[in-house]
Amino acid sequence: MSVLVDKNTRLIVQGITGREGTFHAKGCDEYAQQFGNKLVVGGVTPGKGGTMHEGWPVFNTVEDAVRETGANATVIFVPPPAAADGILEATAAGIPLIVCITEGIPVLDMVKVWEVVKDSKSRLIGPNCPGVISPGKAKIGIMPGRIHKEGSVGIVSKSGTLTYEAVYQLTQRGIGQSTAIGIGGDPIIGTTHIDALRLLNDDPDTEAIIMIGEIGGAAEEAAAEFIKEHVKKPVVGFIAGQTAPPGRRMGHAGAIISGGEGTAASKMAAMAAAGITVVKSPAEIGDAMARLLGR
Amino acid sequence: MKIHEYQAKEILRRYGVAVPNGEMATTLEEADTAAKQLFSAGNAVVVVKAQIHAGGRGKGGGVKLAKTLEEAATASKAILGMQLVTHQTGPQGQKVRRLLVEAGSAIDRELYLGLVLDRASSKVVFMASQAGGMEIEEVAHATPEKIFKEYVNPAIGFQPYQARSLAFKLGLAPAQIGEAVKFMMGLYRAFMDTDSTLMEINPFITTKDGKLAALDCKINFDDNAMFRHKDLKELRDISEEDPLEVEASKYALNYIKLDGNIACMVNGAGLAMATMDIIQYAGGAAANFLDVGGGANQEQIENAFGILLSDPHVKAIFINIFGGILRVDVLATAVVAAARKLNVQLPIILRLEGTNVEEGRQIIAESGLKVQIGATMKEAADLAVAAAK
Repeated sequence: MSVLVDKNTRLIVQGITGREGTFHAKGCDEYAQQFGNKLVVGGVTPGKGGTMHEGWPVFNTVEDAVRETGANATVIFVPPPAAADGILEATAAGIPLIVCITEGIPVLDMVKVWEVVKDSKSRLIGPNCPGVISPGKAKIGIMPGRIHKEGSVGIVSKSGTLTYEAVYQLTQRGIGQSTAIGIGGDPIIGTTHIDALRLLNDDPDTEAIIMIGEIGGAAEEAAAEFIKEHVKKPVVGFIAGQTAPPGRRMGHAGAIISGGEGTAASKMAAMAAAGITVVKSPAEIGDAMARLLGR
Repeated sequence: MKIHEYQAKEILRRYGVAVPNGEMATTLEEADTAAKQLFSAGNAVVVVKAQIHAGGRGKGGGVKLAKTLEEAATASKAILGMQLVTHQTGPQGQKVRRLLVEAGSAIDRELYLGLVLDRASSKVVFMASQAGGMEIEEVAHATPEKIFKEYVNPAIGFQPYQARSLAFKLGLAPAQIGEAVKFMMGLYRAFMDTDSTLMEINPFITTKDGKLAALDCKINFDDNAMFRHKDLKELRDISEEDPLEVEASKYALNYIKLDGNIACMVNGAGLAMATMDIIQYAGGAAANFLDVGGGANQEQIENAFGILLSDPHVKAIFINIFGGILRVDVLATAVVAAARKLNVQLPIILRLEGTNVEEGRQIIAESGLKVQIGATMKEAADLAVAAAK
């Protein structure tokens, strides 16, 4: 068993004929094929339905793609002006797992999207995220598969490169990962820290968890409360932006300290109070986890 | 994206939201003409307000009242061109290049209205408070019960009953409720139409003769939505921004100027923030935040070097790259070529990790560049701090 993706995942790519869509469709499919799994079953580009792209059938609508391929997951590489519409289309088609990689979606678009997605059968990961990977099985996203190693540490993170850092530090120490979920750095995201923690906590293949957050909002504080109440597995935490000035957006749309809310200090204090092993330096994530696991 | 008060009020006017009459002035002559018009229109008081993007202008001496044309001229002369220091500008302050000269109001009550995106509920929230004219963050912190909230259902938008409820909670007189509802509905439409992330009327005033008005207004737009608002993009005032940040934005580099002397070049926003953190942890201070992105090529790295080298405080350059999809050897080649081309003389400290890291380190070693390589992020941070001393 694994979280979100496994050998039964049938993935379509929205925006498959674009540069990013093509590159990462191949990346995802090749990763799964190493383990004998067929992952990508087709793609959607309006107006190019009925054609083939890199060996995959292209459809005009998500509805068509689902009907013809039996897809149960989609990854979205549609540019920002049309990405919210892409999420809504996938939701309307009833796809259980929607991973939106697109960065730069207007936040008021996401307000509307979330109003629909929250009451739907779909789970949304992202937007503005690297996606999700279960090493040794499949990946839906843009993360480099080769730095991963199959194992038992689950990761949830707002940041792409910091997730790779954590993964790499673990792999170098011989510690594998069960599932890494990049939830994204936007103010409104589908799957939150708490949602991802719940999945990893319930996953029998996950023995310990790394939680990576960053400044902005109060999701990490809420996640710390959740961990305190519900998570018995050991957790290592890191918050990026400890030295970020208030009022400035640090790259990610959601990474901003405003009105005294969203500071790293507040998040780290809440996490420490919840029994999480909080490291101050990103270089210490791997060692801290190795110690917790007694390796 | 931030805009000036006079620009925000211009937008509000278009939505039927009451704001005092006034004119923007960039010279003393323009300010004088504006004041003359306001006095001859029968206003007893004229207000001269500094237009900078930072808040706290009143306390810093950037807002003055005038009862005569002479007083108005004195006020304009004092404010225009001053280096205005507020709690949001930092100690160096911000030069005042524009004034808003507007009609004074006979204030009865100072209230607060605000629209903001609420991350926890993923909804727009309309806030109102009787504690106007104060820092709303302080009110929210000390006395959260004094802030009334109405969450907006995205499917149907802000509704008149919600505006009415807020109006009554503000203690407005029955005769003012209708006007207050119109005011708030206008604000909501302006917020949605302009893809704002924040809209604050502080203070939202009632006048002695029972009218309502937005005495001040702050609007921030969503940068991600500016592709569909060509007209709003025109409102950007780059003289209010750091020149290096303006330059970086031309190359789509995510750059924020900071106070330290160790320049950072990093791929990924999270790692870029974490790099600033680890520098401080090692006893130094970052000169900037810079995310060159996941697809950094030689041209982009050249652009980044150019920006970093323009900061006179920089004593060392810390490049922290995690090669994922983009391999380390490709990045190393780009760094070497860019550093050679720009003849970078400052110490460069590299930390490379990820795919093809050995090949990448070899490229650096064989380049002949005076580059130090840290084996780990921690070691590289220590080297950078030592080099900057």
